[in-house]
Amino acid sequence: MMSAMATTRGAAVVIVGGGVTGLSAGWWLARAGVEVLVLDKGIVGWEASGRNGGGATHVYSPFGLEEQRLWPQMDELLGYPTEYQPFRIGVALSETQLALARRWAEIGESRGFRWESLDRRQLKELVPIVGDNAIGGTYLHFGGHANPQRTVQAYAWALQDLGGRIVQHTTATGLTQRGGRVTAVETTRGTFGADVVVIAAGPQTGAFAEMLGAWLPLAPARVEMIATEPIPLMRVGGVAGNGLYGRQTLRGNLVYGGGPHEWINVPDMATPEHANTPLVRNLARRLAELFPGAAHVRVIRAWSGLVENTPDGLPVVERLTRPDNVVIATMSSVGFGLSPAVGRAVCELVQHGRCQFADLGALALARFADTPRDWRERAGWAAAPTAVGAAVGGDG
Amino acid sequence: MRGTDPRSIAGKAPTPERHVALVVVGAGVTGIAAAIEAARAGIEVMLIDEHPIDNDMMAMDAPLCFGQRIDPSVRNRALMLERVVETNPGLASAYEAGVDVQLGTYVWGAFVNGPTVQELPAPMLGLADDRRSWLVGYDRLIVAAGARDVLLGFPGWERAGTLGAGGAAALLVRYRALAARRLVVLGSGALGLQTAALALEHGVEVAGVVEVGARVRGHAATATALAERGVSFYTAHTIHEARGRTGEIESVVLVAVDGTGKPIRGGLKEIACDAVCWAIGLVPSVELLHLVGARLRFVSSLGGWVPEVDARMRTSVPTVFAAGDCAGFHDGRLATPDVAHAQGRWAGLAAAESLGARARSETQHEVPVVSPAPDTGPHAYWQAWLDSLIAAGGWEVNVCQCEEVTRRELVETKPPRYLKWDSPQMNARRLATLLRDGPVNQDQIKRLTRAGMGPCQSRRCREQVGLLLAQAAGTTLDRIPLPTFRPPIRPLPLNVLWPADEPAAMRDTWVSWFGIPTQFSPHWTAGMAVDEPTAHARLILSDE
Repeated sequence: MMSAMATTRGAAVVIVGGGVTGLSAGWWLARAGVEVLVLDKGIVGWEASGRNGGGATHVYSPFGLEEQRLWPQMDELLGYPTEYQPFRIGVALSETQLALARRWAEIGESRGFRWESLDRRQLKELVPIVGDNAIGGTYLHFGGHANPQRTVQAYAWALQDLGGRIVQHTTATGLTQRGGRVTAVETTRGTFGADVVVIAAGPQTGAFAEMLGAWLPLAPARVEMIATEPIPLMRVGGVAGNGLYGRQTLRGNLVYGGGPHEWINVPDMATPEHANTPLVRNLARRLAELFPGAAHVRVIRAWSGLVENTPDGLPVVERLTRPDNVVIATMSSVGFGLSPAVGRAVCELVQHGRCQFADLGALALARFADTPRDWRERAGWAAAPTAVGAAVGGDG
Repeated sequence: MRGTDPRSIAGKAPTPERHVALVVVGAGVTGIAAAIEAARAGIEVMLIDEHPIDNDMMAMDAPLCFGQRIDPSVRNRALMLERVVETNPGLASAYEAGVDVQLGTYVWGAFVNGPTVQELPAPMLGLADDRRSWLVGYDRLIVAAGARDVLLGFPGWERAGTLGAGGAAALLVRYRALAARRLVVLGSGALGLQTAALALEHGVEVAGVVEVGARVRGHAATATALAERGVSFYTAHTIHEARGRTGEIESVVLVAVDGTGKPIRGGLKEIACDAVCWAIGLVPSVELLHLVGARLRFVSSLGGWVPEVDARMRTSVPTVFAAGDCAGFHDGRLATPDVAHAQGRWAGLAAAESLGARARSETQHEVPVVSPAPDTGPHAYWQAWLDSLIAAGGWEVNVCQCEEVTRRELVETKPPRYLKWDSPQMNARRLATLLRDGPVNQDQIKRLTRAGMGPCQSRRCREQVGLLLAQAAGTTLDRIPLPTFRPPIRPLPLNVLWPADEPAAMRDTWVSWFGIPTQFSPHWTAGMAVDEPTAHARLILSDE
């Protein structure tokens, strides 16, 4: 089926990781006429990129304005549906939740976006399934949401339409270095030569940085989501609150996540399980509190995803100085919504060595120079000591 | 120096409401045998079965395909409980043996530690009835979950009256609540003939047994007995369509087919009936086994994906056993409950011994494992049916009822119709273009087309989606990765699934995303944190 041998030729730019960041970067590069190849250990967007909340409201970020500018154009630019829908409604069940919702709105306002305060009556008109426990909310005339899985596939297809290549089921295992540059990416299916390499490998990005002698502290974690059966479409699908992120899909499903994460270790480069835990029950409770009018609606599936975080929760998007032909891009667990902008930034780092539309100074690796090696333990971000035997099996 | 992250799951993992040495899931012949055997060996056993299933769940074709032909009497829970106990005498024996029998209880999840989960104090099951959900921990688990229905689509199959053999049998025998008078049975193998006989026994008329092949597949004597009771056999026929007023099946139109399943001109016959029952085979119910991480393999002659088990019915997960139909069966297996019984006893004994109980020598000689049969499995037969349905009904027939995805939309990997998407780029994409990037993957295509994403949790379409994709991709089912099962494996309302016993720590430290103060700081005000608050919100219960 796959012409493995035919694809072992490299490209001007080889991207390690077919998640949303790598795919967007590849698409922007292909648009710019650059020969590009994206490698993925499995299927594109199969991990956190294709299974997240789909939010596209990150105006606090250096990429935020570009995110807001690009999303309304993405369907047309890509030629494939992303299910992007504009605007967000924040629902508050308490004064603290209301203060947080307003804080988000005000951050948008300070960037020039409009928002309105909603009282309970207005909220119920817009979101008929909220209950009397809601005290108010916010209507953001900015931000939005999209379908993550459809969007990653859209990037992948659009990239191919522009002549870019995607090689799936191929795990990158090493980087060939010669003369202070990376010359090729080594994989389970051969070696792919490259002039420039982009590392956008999610939780594994740190391992590749290490191969290059760069210290990129990353802690992977598991997070979970639930989805309900479809209910009638609301006027705005991007409704969240009560400690949940998520949306109503265009099909009508309520898809929400939130709550405690579990810090874990990602075994090598393997494709992880997408295991759930009883946390799905707590998610159900939070969702029924947020939408008492939908408390009877059935949960039809749950899933989990792995995301990585840097110590400050901020991305690393940087072109290294040594070797100088490598771009590192990890979004620290907040990559989907920002992907149109981040892909463009990576494209510019590849082409020009710097991002022309945003100042990425705060996202440089250098900020971790003094981060100790045992930072995860110090922060309480380490995986649980493996008492795995007790619950996985064995006779003990 | 070790810090703590108050917003992580550490220290908040749930404690199961109960912990039981051995949980047996499924109170059929196998599960009851397993539970009794282990209880007699002195092991504490909980035996769980979802019957009687509540009406709303039945209406969603979960866990079997009841086809909306459900008599309103199933709403009488007490009466149904009585019938479930009455029709399953083994339950009384289990009670007598000291087994804790939990009826009307769904097992919707199984949670174990693994590569990405390490905080669980013990392996546990998620249980629920129609009012609440809870967790039960276990040392050993025996899955005896039986088998589920296989349906294929034809024009009009969305109407009320399309059942599966499992659903029909449950309504006929356990519930005495089949709301149909005149049944057409599809398939003439052991299951088809058995279904027809059951219907007659319970006073339901059998308007015909339809067989796509040239000959009746089941035992000739059984078929003759049915024919003597007035049952017509339509061999070399398939379903052209189901007809009736809106939403109801009132007749089916059959069409004669040639040896390749192609319709023969002029071969249409309309048969009055109010239900059509697919009885071409069943599939081992491996959902829970998948969730606990037991290794599964595709063996067509055992019914599809089945667990790898050793001679004592132990799966690749040492604490988990699988027995009965969910461990794989042949067509003829359904007629041999003694094998199911023996497997159950064997698993019960093995589980008990692994918990330290003394072996009972009398059972040592039994080797009840079902080996793959030399003959081909049911999938080639299902494919023959599907070929005939496509030849008769075309490609514009829904393969997924919930999401209204047609066969054509599936194999062309079209985005769902409600997106009203049209672009030259999308129109140039189809399964073949996707296959250039890698082998066919049912989960990936599910997400693109939404086939299998609906409230029935793909119970009505999983097999036909697999068959259609394998055929379109020029491959075979065994080469397509198992489409995953996700919890909850029964569709449960939010206000049933939710925990009433949420610990304070869970509520007090809940954040939507990690709670890293600098993660969402405006970049132009470096260092200014947006710290997500974690205070209480008042809980409003749905019935307040």
